[in-house]
Amino acid sequence: MNQSNSQIHSALPLQGERGGGLLTHLQELEAESIHIIREVAAEFENPVMLYSIGKDSSVMVRLAEKAFAPGKVPFPLMHIDSKWKFKEMIQFRDEYAKKYGWNLIVESNMEAFNAGVGPFTHGSKVHTDLMKTKALLDALNKYKFDAAFGGARRDEEKSRAKERIFSFRDQFQQWDPKNQRPELWDIYNARIHKGESIRVFPLSNWTELDIWQYIRLENIPIVPLYYAKERPCVEIDGNLIMADDDRLPEQYRPLIKPRMVRFRTLGCWPLTGAVESTATTIEEIVEEMMTTTKSERTTRVIDFDQEASMEQKKREGYF
Amino acid sequence: MKEPLDIKAYLDADEQKDLLRLLTAGSVDDGKSTLIGRLLFDSKKLYDDQLAALERDSKRVGNAGDSIDYALLLDGLKAEREEGITIDVAYRYFSTNRRKFIIADTPGHEQYTRNMITGGSTANLAIILIDARKGVITQTRRHTYLVSLLGIKHIVLAVNKMDLVDFSKEVFDAIVAEYRQLTDHLGIEDVTCFPLSAREGDNVVEKSDRTPWYDGPALLHFLETVPIHADRNFDDFRYPVQYVLRPDLNFRGFCGKVASGVIRVGDEVMALPSMKRSHVQSIVTYEGEQQIAFPPQSVTITLEDEIDISRGEMIVKPDNQPHIGRHFTTMLVWMDEEPMDTGKQFFLKHNTNTTRATICALRNRVDVNTLEEKAGKPFQLNEIGQVDILTAKTLFFDAYAKNRQTGAFILIDPITNNTSAVGMILAPLDERSLENDLIPTLDLPKLGIAEEHYAAIDTAVKELARQGLEIKVKH
Repeated sequence: MNQSNSQIHSALPLQGERGGGLLTHLQELEAESIHIIREVAAEFENPVMLYSIGKDSSVMVRLAEKAFAPGKVPFPLMHIDSKWKFKEMIQFRDEYAKKYGWNLIVESNMEAFNAGVGPFTHGSKVHTDLMKTKALLDALNKYKFDAAFGGARRDEEKSRAKERIFSFRDQFQQWDPKNQRPELWDIYNARIHKGESIRVFPLSNWTELDIWQYIRLENIPIVPLYYAKERPCVEIDGNLIMADDDRLPEQYRPLIKPRMVRFRTLGCWPLTGAVESTATTIEEIVEEMMTTTKSERTTRVIDFDQEASMEQKKREGYF
Repeated sequence: MKEPLDIKAYLDADEQKDLLRLLTAGSVDDGKSTLIGRLLFDSKKLYDDQLAALERDSKRVGNAGDSIDYALLLDGLKAEREEGITIDVAYRYFSTNRRKFIIADTPGHEQYTRNMITGGSTANLAIILIDARKGVITQTRRHTYLVSLLGIKHIVLAVNKMDLVDFSKEVFDAIVAEYRQLTDHLGIEDVTCFPLSAREGDNVVEKSDRTPWYDGPALLHFLETVPIHADRNFDDFRYPVQYVLRPDLNFRGFCGKVASGVIRVGDEVMALPSMKRSHVQSIVTYEGEQQIAFPPQSVTITLEDEIDISRGEMIVKPDNQPHIGRHFTTMLVWMDEEPMDTGKQFFLKHNTNTTRATICALRNRVDVNTLEEKAGKPFQLNEIGQVDILTAKTLFFDAYAKNRQTGAFILIDPITNNTSAVGMILAPLDERSLENDLIPTLDLPKLGIAEEHYAAIDTAVKELARQGLEIKVKH
């Protein structure tokens, strides 16, 4: 964070003027995240960074680049492609990985895909179980990754608020909320038996606003879907769904209308609701976020399946 | 209509906020979750749909009648919602115009001491809740003791439910007086006391007119302004090397987080345990080079001379060194369901250093309810006491009271890999009297190993050391 470094220098020798620590909250969060990322690189044989292409992932990836600069990041990026992601996400992913020299792994559950599994035909639960959870678990097993970074934040959702930064997974990749390892100071217990693994969440302590603020300050590239634009949309069960490709079922096609929308989260296009918006800059997005009355996950259809559904998914190994 | 200038000004101001990490402790009925819910709610960070979900939940399992049960906002997990109590540490985030806050919300009942210890390890400040009708109870003592053990510098005593004692000054004063006896005894200096009603909002965000005799600020205002910059140790430079960066033959950088102290380009430094000296050539970050680094920055340091330094070793200044040794006495909190086995060799992780370790003496156990010391015997879950520890590798440490970063460690069970215990180091101990040497020696000539294999053995031994298994090699 260049512009702030000069302020730090002038604040030294250590006369905090604002009554607090010498780092701003973002500088402190950044330092914490870099420490976590380096710790994983040092302690594990075969780590991987899970990349969702979303804004949080974009920040996490940048933090990894920072952690090892001027060297290269010593682990690959992996994207679990459910085959129903927005086209713009895939394009962004490939361009970013190329530009920044990342080793990018893309994995999908091709068996289920070839069998025709999708959210419209099989519903969100079956689709998510097979194309996201199973695809992820298979990929982790295939490469025998012993640590996997995820971009989840504790402020996103109630069950995540209780999860450790180093989150232990048994050989079935399951999380046990009642049996978490105590996690103190910045000393992370990275010891596992063969077949077990750790999910690591370097953004645990970041909030949604922190993420936007950081993207703004650092000029981190994000998928253009976050910005408002006129897009072909159709209303399905109260959600504004963008018709991203021709797999939209016949009955909805006549209902497609151009709408000025943007996305607060990114996932599978049939499961990700758009919000009507005119925000075309980060400042406008933040303004909208602060005046809006919905928190970000409400635009994600999968959360509505059942009460405590995210906790359930985490227990099963998803995230 | 949009006013982009305003939001820009907001973001610019937001960027400059600092971060306060706080711990809340209280018993199930003290209204702790209600207090946190109100801090979050009244600082306008609760989104409507979280509220809508809450309304749904309140109707089914709520304990607050028709009004919103703030506590339900915080109790995330399915299992505990059924029990009606918080079972683990939950982290909450909110911000005001002046500061960002991370709250570690921890349960109060006895079997979960380990969660409070977990939640409090990074806290700048602790809020201890008391029910005004009950005053200082056993649990208050326990929580306050744990806070002092963790070295949390600032304590807020929140005397809650003042509405149920008619906002009586006498009740408040009596509780405060009793509490100050306790904190004086524990040597805690910074204690600030507030008369509150979390349920009705008195003195939480706004000052209440029902406590005209109270002339302090509202709780939130205090949290926003309490100075915390001096809490970090800026005096003793300690730089545990976390990762060695060698992108090419010309660059050898030592990555790490500054644990304490300040380092500048050109400063003379010393590597431990080799004791080799050099000067800081550069302090490198993604953005480029900087002239200075201080805690808790994560940076990369290069040195003028080529010195071999590995992960787990430490860079310090020659005129300000930590204790260097394998034997020390420490406070230990047992965190494992499995009781302590003093015959076991644990893994001990201290900063970036991992080594084998044994608990070689049990000095005492502290009764966290009465704060009395009892005879040492193997600890059960949630027991705390003083023990002596011997490690296989040399550690570079300070007393926890002096340096929270270099005085803390965890013990890992070698079989289950659980974090069995956590420690706060008190002081180094003499090593001369030790008969028990934990480090096995490979005498290569004696074993009849040919010299051409020495290099391969050295490499393998170095890798084992990285994993915490120290072996001495005799060539």
